[in-house]
Amino acid sequence: MTLTAEERGRAAAPLSATSESKPRRRGWVLGAGLLVVCGVLVATVIASLAVGSRAIDPQTVIAALFSYDEEDPLHLMVRELRVPRTVYGILIGAALAVCGGLIQAFTRNPLADPGILGVNAGASFAVTFAVGVLGLTAPGAYVPFALGGAFALTVLVYALGSFGPSGATPMKLTLAGVALGAAFTGFTTAIVLQNNSTLQVMRFWGVGSVAGRDLADLAWAAPLIGLGLLLGMLSARSLNALALGDDLAQALGARIRFTRVTVIIAVTLLAGTAVAAAGPIGFVGIMIPHAVRWFTGPDQRWVLAYSLIVGAAFLLLADILGRIALPNGELRVGIVTGLLGAPVLIALVRRRQVSGL
Amino acid sequence: MSDATRATHGVDFGRRELRVETPRLAWAIPHRSLIVSGALAIVVLVFGVASMSIGSYDVSFADVVRALVDPNVDPDSRQVVFEWRFPRVLFAVLCGAALALSGGIFQSLTRNPLGSPDIIGFGVGAQFGVTLVMVVLGLNTYMFKAAGALVGGLVTALIVYVLAMKRTVSSFRLIIVGIGVSAGLGSLTSWILISVSVEKAMMAATWGAGSIASLGFDQLIPAALVFAVVAVAALPLNRTLPVLEMGDDAATALGVHPGRTRFLAMVLGVALVALVTAAAGPISFIALAAPQISQRLTRTNTPMGMAPLMLTGAALVVVSDAAAQLLFVPVGVVTVSIGGVYLAWLLATQYARRA
Repeated sequence: MTLTAEERGRAAAPLSATSESKPRRRGWVLGAGLLVVCGVLVATVIASLAVGSRAIDPQTVIAALFSYDEEDPLHLMVRELRVPRTVYGILIGAALAVCGGLIQAFTRNPLADPGILGVNAGASFAVTFAVGVLGLTAPGAYVPFALGGAFALTVLVYALGSFGPSGATPMKLTLAGVALGAAFTGFTTAIVLQNNSTLQVMRFWGVGSVAGRDLADLAWAAPLIGLGLLLGMLSARSLNALALGDDLAQALGARIRFTRVTVIIAVTLLAGTAVAAAGPIGFVGIMIPHAVRWFTGPDQRWVLAYSLIVGAAFLLLADILGRIALPNGELRVGIVTGLLGAPVLIALVRRRQVSGL
Repeated sequence: MSDATRATHGVDFGRRELRVETPRLAWAIPHRSLIVSGALAIVVLVFGVASMSIGSYDVSFADVVRALVDPNVDPDSRQVVFEWRFPRVLFAVLCGAALALSGGIFQSLTRNPLGSPDIIGFGVGAQFGVTLVMVVLGLNTYMFKAAGALVGGLVTALIVYVLAMKRTVSSFRLIIVGIGVSAGLGSLTSWILISVSVEKAMMAATWGAGSIASLGFDQLIPAALVFAVVAVAALPLNRTLPVLEMGDDAATALGVHPGRTRFLAMVLGVALVALVTAAAGPISFIALAAPQISQRLTRTNTPMGMAPLMLTGAALVVVSDAAAQLLFVPVGVVTVSIGGVYLAWLLATQYARRA
């Protein structure tokens, strides 16, 4: 993992922007907390391998992983169905949460989510176009379109947002992202409403899921997400400096333009790959960094590290709940994150001050 | 109007006003508000007529006007313009006016430019209610859809308010709770849509895009009657809500009953959105943007000012609908696109760090 950056350097984190008068937590408390959430993640992974339409006891799970027996149907189930699903869940959850943390820090807007740069809208539009206009039907064929759409729209947003003398300021990018995102969501709706067969595909694709994939698909997703996470983690310190405002950040030696481009590349890699691999899964990106900041305070290095672990655990948890919520059949994880996230977010916002950036 | 020119009494607010005084009533209407309303009315008329000349059956601008006023004109164009396109434009005016008024009421009540039915989850709630009625219960008539939209929207708005309440309703809490509740309900709606037949999903999805294309006089007349009743009932709010914005104590001292006014305003505001939602589906962002636009045009300090407010909404929807016809999309798609820009700007300015 890329958490070594977190353990280095205890430079004073920037003061929070809001009226939070909480003293900063000590490093060892945050470190211990990180170990605790890692423990939670491990427990969730085991649960994700063991729980489902058919419960499998942990010994069998461990046996399936370490002393694989091809004849045993339970081993087969763990290996072929639940391992890919779990790995996907970890990757997508971590990607979405870190992406959310990055974009919130970058735009200095605690309400921002990964969708704000139009990534989801671009991916959805490209997939809808592939299905509705070009008539593609094989699920595997959407992946390049989703990726391409996500990247293309981000480039478009960046181009639109960097007009003017000051270049790509977070505010202009937010504006461009929300505007183009809304417009492309509109175009998507317009295509979907043209005929039943497009709607048939899109109503399922439009709700994200991590089920029914196999590990071979990870060959392209894992490196992209890994690169995005790495870039994000490396930007954490510069983002701390940027939180003080551009002038001060410059004085502290942060490379503003370089950081901005790095963060945008990281966000696009993370959100674009996640949406291409699993379809749009809402809420993880906006909620997890929020929830995490209430504990860690505004230091981005901790926020991102915690988001990575907590995001993965949360998505796995949502997926597990989706498997056991209904007496027959499953709830797709994209639906569960919405249903599960809403009460959590509301409870947090009622209990505490807004978590500052 | 000799009274109008004789400023015999009162305070000079630094605005040029048109004063109308009778023994029992007196109004002072700022000139600016009159001019703005006149200009907006012209926009509505011009774009309304222009939008009636768009379509597969080509009608020129002059022929549209002729077909509207002269029943003995060429029957084909009379049929197309008067029976098919005219109700659509009237609906656009009605929806715009109703949504704008509702937005003004909510923004005045919450004293917050984001206090719109869009933000507090009314639209998502109404969509959930209608989806439930249409898809699960299989009732597809206007009255049932209206009831579903009304109940769903009302309950959702109430839940958001109650959850965001904590002595006061801070705007940030309101938005976060709104996002949360909307996401939860949106998930439920998606769940319903992926567990029914594709025909039913299509029905709900078409409604969910917000379209006024297929509406005729049959739907217009009941909607217009309800709107007329609600708008007349809302007339006193034009005076009382701006007073209420000063705070409950000041309002009481000036003879406005805070509790009663607030309750009436809530009921009317919700009724207005429900009326539109039931007929056309969710047409988003108009309630959010129109009050702010009209407030800036008239340079007043309250989102309430019924005439320019409703005309702003009408102009927005009529123009959006004309664009929607050129692009062959539902009008809701256009308002979403326009609204996205507006919302981005609003969020950016409201939450930008004031360094």
